[in-house]
Amino acid sequence: MVRIVSDQKTQSIDAKESAAATPRRDIRDLLVRYGFIAVTVVFFVFFFATESSFRLSTTLFSMLKFTAVVAIVGLGVTVTMAVGGLDLSVGATVGMSVTIAAMTMVIYAKTGWVAIIVVILGGVLVGALNAALIVLLKIPDLLATLATMFLVQGLKLVPVDGQSVSSGLILRDGSVAPGRFTPGFLIIDRGAVGPVPYPVIIFALLTIGTWFFLSHTKWGRVMYAIGSNPEAARLAGARVRLYKASAYMIAGVFASIGGLILASRIGQGDISAGNSLLLDAVAVSLVGTSVLGVNRPNAFGTALGAILMGILITGTTIKGSAYYAQDVVKGVVLLIALVFSFTLSRTKQRHVRAVPM
Amino acid sequence: MTTVIHMNDVTMSFGSNQVLRGVELDLHSGEVTGLLGANGAGKTTLIKILSGANSNYSGTVAIDGAAVTIDSPSTSRALGIEAVHQRISDGIVPGLSVAENLLFEGIVVSEVPRFASSRSLVPRAREVAAVLDLDWSDAFLRSDAHGLPIADRQLLLLARALVRKPRLLVLDEPTSALSEVEAVRLFGVIERLRDSGVAILYVSHRLGEIDDIADRLVVLRDGVVCGEHTPPFDWHQALQEMLGAAGAESHASTDEMRGSDEVLKLTGVKLLPKAQTFDVAFRAGEVAGVFGLLGSGLSELANGIFGSEPFRAGRMTLQGEPFAPRSPAESIGRHVFMVPEDRMAGTIIADWSISATATFPFLKAVSRFGLLNPRAESAVGKAVVEDFGVVALSEDDPVVSLSGGNQQKVVIGRWLREQPLVMILDEPFQGIDVGARRDLCKRTREIAAAGAAVITMSSDLEEIMQVADRVLVFVDGDLRFDSYLSETSRDEILQRLSEVG
Repeated sequence: MVRIVSDQKTQSIDAKESAAATPRRDIRDLLVRYGFIAVTVVFFVFFFATESSFRLSTTLFSMLKFTAVVAIVGLGVTVTMAVGGLDLSVGATVGMSVTIAAMTMVIYAKTGWVAIIVVILGGVLVGALNAALIVLLKIPDLLATLATMFLVQGLKLVPVDGQSVSSGLILRDGSVAPGRFTPGFLIIDRGAVGPVPYPVIIFALLTIGTWFFLSHTKWGRVMYAIGSNPEAARLAGARVRLYKASAYMIAGVFASIGGLILASRIGQGDISAGNSLLLDAVAVSLVGTSVLGVNRPNAFGTALGAILMGILITGTTIKGSAYYAQDVVKGVVLLIALVFSFTLSRTKQRHVRAVPM
Repeated sequence: MTTVIHMNDVTMSFGSNQVLRGVELDLHSGEVTGLLGANGAGKTTLIKILSGANSNYSGTVAIDGAAVTIDSPSTSRALGIEAVHQRISDGIVPGLSVAENLLFEGIVVSEVPRFASSRSLVPRAREVAAVLDLDWSDAFLRSDAHGLPIADRQLLLLARALVRKPRLLVLDEPTSALSEVEAVRLFGVIERLRDSGVAILYVSHRLGEIDDIADRLVVLRDGVVCGEHTPPFDWHQALQEMLGAAGAESHASTDEMRGSDEVLKLTGVKLLPKAQTFDVAFRAGEVAGVFGLLGSGLSELANGIFGSEPFRAGRMTLQGEPFAPRSPAESIGRHVFMVPEDRMAGTIIADWSISATATFPFLKAVSRFGLLNPRAESAVGKAVVEDFGVVALSEDDPVVSLSGGNQQKVVIGRWLREQPLVMILDEPFQGIDVGARRDLCKRTREIAAAGAAVITMSSDLEEIMQVADRVLVFVDGDLRFDSYLSETSRDEILQRLSEVG
């Protein structure tokens, strides 16, 4: 557990104070605060200038659309990080959501709306399971959500006999599955308002909503307090267990929203969907923590982190890099972000525990 | 009886803070020296010098008449000094077997083969355990130290300290984790060691234990040895020395407040495992000062009333209604507030502003439909700063940038945004300078004057005399004395504190 250090120097936005600081410190402050945005802009300009196809607005919006799922799942992770935890089960929840959406529409031949409701209820359920393990059984966050991850990954395969669900699936009794992905459901990913695809709109709304919730409501204030010093929060009357539980429910719901978009995108119940999402979502949340030097999990940071990852991956793909270059890019970005928050920043990192427990 | 260690003019400073100022102390072989001192008297620093953890001291330490320099824990050990520290768990490595833990020091310096099988360690471990007559079976020695009960851990550490046949053994609050039976067993061991010629420095807040076991008593106060006693100990005198002569005049003679309305009643409350149950009532409109030495149950009382750590036994009523809070949130809902003992760990959220810290307990007051109103927050921050005379540039300053006294004003002042029924202040003057203390005392009395039952915990009698109308004396979790300050005297309070078991 990271201890609260008493002589912590907190960054001040007081102009006089920063003027009094030495130039070297000034540069460091600037770097911590704006370094990440600068990196994002530099890469954007670089790809924009060198690749004509990157300049197409369709490319830009498809890049944002591509980023939306990771970003939305990452926003949920951000909320759990705000209370000092980390939800490792979000990737599995996304995968489960894809399978549930496919089952509801293909096997049970229900409408897209029913699928949406069932999927979100599934997300609530996973969140509730995490909350129960952490709050009632007092299992450390990382371990509890790790167990949930495996459980969810495995259990989702039981009703579908481990098979991907697509229209025309032969059921156990030999009959053909009666339903299909409804056109209305497929619109979630494919529809757009003007040039702006629906997923980008959902992404933007959830970012603003999460930012507003964490920074401008009393519930967000309490969550940050719990993430920073749970004992101080408890002694000031915060219902720590309730807030922790809520954070995991939010993460579950956000993951299921991400799952809905992903299901709509691939149009079938692919059982491997969502597998790579966990690490991406955690990475963008960690990256987001360092953005603007605030050094705490925040929604805009997470969104910006996801967008930077999107720019880099789209850019390198257009440049014709091998597919495995993506992981190298993600690794480097995460590393840079961690250097910003742990090495350069003078505000101590508290929400992200280097060594859990 | 020969002098094993002679310390002369030992001085130690941390920055500008002089913790030891010319300590002179002799420790003799075959003698148990009890060391008594209040919080911050310098006991821990002294122990750390002997065990080599503080090498930055000035002055001389001589062993058998020859001057030595204790510059590291290994030097200290080589000189024949062993210390068993108060924090027992720090000395045990879970994951290793009991035998490996017993031989730990040997393993670290590679005396014991690094790749020894656990079976081959058992005979050596048994020899170590035999020093203390510990009848530990081979199976027990091979088991993981992780599951070891705390009393056995203490004995393990003691056995480990004794295996090198030290000249001087330092025991820091060795019974704090032991039951009565185990403590008696430990005393047996200590007596045997003394008879075999070991010098023992016994540090404890439990007067009864020192009375039982010590051959000599040394009192440390503000970094100076200010008293030495031989049995039978004059405890009254020793406590006078430990707590200092009467300094600040009690205010009781001039502006004593007596409440009549018994707001909070405790019935059959038990604070510590071995303590007696007691009943007490706290009255609105007066400051009750709860006084006791470290480990006498003061924090247990504070946390029990506040619901942050329920009592072992007992019931409470608040304004005649049953009161059994299971969490701080519940007691706050009933207007029972607490400022905890450890300000850093218990109240401060590091990167928050004064305003955010001040508004945190009552966020509802600065929000509407859950939405925070920054202007209302600033207003509350400003009000706390002004009402309490917090020295700060603005209410947006980070709370950690304030001095201890000003931080304390913020964390007390923030509760007064609502009218408390009961206000508990656990060691509110710790780490606070004299000026701020006087100011906080005045504020504390104002809280009572405004109608709250104020309960202040302190292990410093001076503070109690300065702030309280009524004093409650606790010894080992037992309520020993309850009186208005105007009806008692400093002497009588010390008398009650010093009445040994």
